[in-house]
Amino acid sequence: MSNVPNELKYASSHEWIRSEGDGVYTVGISEHAQELLGDMVFVELPEVGDNVAAGDDVAVAESVKAASDIYAPIAGEILSVNEELEDSPELVNSDPYGDGWLFKIKADDESELESLLDAESYAASIEEE
Amino acid sequence: MALTATKRTPLYPNHLAAGAKMVDFHGWDMPLNYGSQIEEHHAVRRDVGMFDVSHMTIVDVTGRDAKPYLRHLLANDVAKLQTPGKALYSAMLNNDGGVIDDLIVYFFNEDSYRLVVNSATRDKDMAWLETQSGEFDVAITERTEFAMIAVQGPAAKEKVAVLMNAEQHAQVSELKPFVGIQLDDLFVATTGYTGEAGYEIIIPNDTVGAVWDKLIAAGVKPCGLGARDTLRLEAGMNLYGQDMDETVSPLAANMAWSVAFEPSDRDFVGRAALEAQKAAGTEKLVGLVMEEKGVLRGGLKVIVEGGEGVITSGTFSPTLGYSVAMARVPQPVGETAQVEMRKKLVTVKVVKPSFVRNGKAVS
Repeated sequence: MSNVPNELKYASSHEWIRSEGDGVYTVGISEHAQELLGDMVFVELPEVGDNVAAGDDVAVAESVKAASDIYAPIAGEILSVNEELEDSPELVNSDPYGDGWLFKIKADDESELESLLDAESYAASIEEE
Repeated sequence: MALTATKRTPLYPNHLAAGAKMVDFHGWDMPLNYGSQIEEHHAVRRDVGMFDVSHMTIVDVTGRDAKPYLRHLLANDVAKLQTPGKALYSAMLNNDGGVIDDLIVYFFNEDSYRLVVNSATRDKDMAWLETQSGEFDVAITERTEFAMIAVQGPAAKEKVAVLMNAEQHAQVSELKPFVGIQLDDLFVATTGYTGEAGYEIIIPNDTVGAVWDKLIAAGVKPCGLGARDTLRLEAGMNLYGQDMDETVSPLAANMAWSVAFEPSDRDFVGRAALEAQKAAGTEKLVGLVMEEKGVLRGGLKVIVEGGEGVITSGTFSPTLGYSVAMARVPQPVGETAQVEMRKKLVTVKVVKPSFVRNGKAVS
């Protein structure tokens, strides 16, 4: 059973999102997602300053197995990206909720968070797969 | 009680103990990786790793006509095998010159040979071996009582010492590539599917678990199918069902070197078809290299001077740090090719389909 931290919100497409305060959120992919994908070989990140809508494909996680689109869980502006992943994409595997984060986004509308899954619902959704 | 549809090798409990992620591989429950497939890949290139290859099919061919039967059955010529234990890689073709399977044949004596064929093709291989035996006086015996472990990497020679006495180890250390010897209940052969030095060891089912555990204790890293695929692809070795199958000529699969047209009076299965294909010209299996970001994957469309072809196998190469692939394309080929990736055409380099040997890039 994968680790699904309680304090995070999740998209059904396996992204997690964590509030950093002031409407800023950090986004990554879940431990379950990295397990499905296997060893990461490249991560393509969005441009800082991009304005994205919820559900836009903003990044690509390319693993030994497949290339997978990563979607913005909420709308907003990309504030920063995890440049460590350029040289160390394996951080997504080894620490998906920590050093393997993908990007930070400034929310346009924080009420969008309400439509995401809590840890319990996300854990239930991956159980059903 | 759960019904298990997949078959398990005798090493199944050892895989679970080593933390394997198991997958269904053509009906066999096999380890995909034991954590990180890239770390397993590096272990084989830099040190030593081992694979459970017990799912592969071992078939002994014995009898008065063993040699003429195999000279009829196989595209390569077993008459080349003169010293006991010597092995040969060959295609087994159908009458249209398509590849039914690729295999290794070991020579014991003119009445006794051993074939190691793929697991996914076991049923049709066994049926074909029987069909083709016709008038030949041979016995075809599948050896299901044996398991097999491949120990591969620069430190393989040193590590297999834990499985044998000093005298046997000295014998094993002297072995040339592509030859096997029987040492008590181990059959040790200098073959493999990684491009590194190493051994494929055939072991009775009831002792293979203990052998595996000894190798683990000696520091040999267990490796799964994921690493096996990236290693064999870097080494430019074909995977049956991907790089060739019954619809593909060995001449279009970089296997022409394994087809013995000489002597010209040896009438092996598929010979007439291959001669016609040779005269008409065939597609060609080439290597592709893409040094920028992204991964070439099987099934992608490839455009060369001669027209449109397809990537048969593609991967990220952990040794090289970029993507490599094998592609079957029409001739002429040229020095670059265009690959259609995510709706864009990307230019890649065309090379011989061999990328890494003995830990080093093949330039």
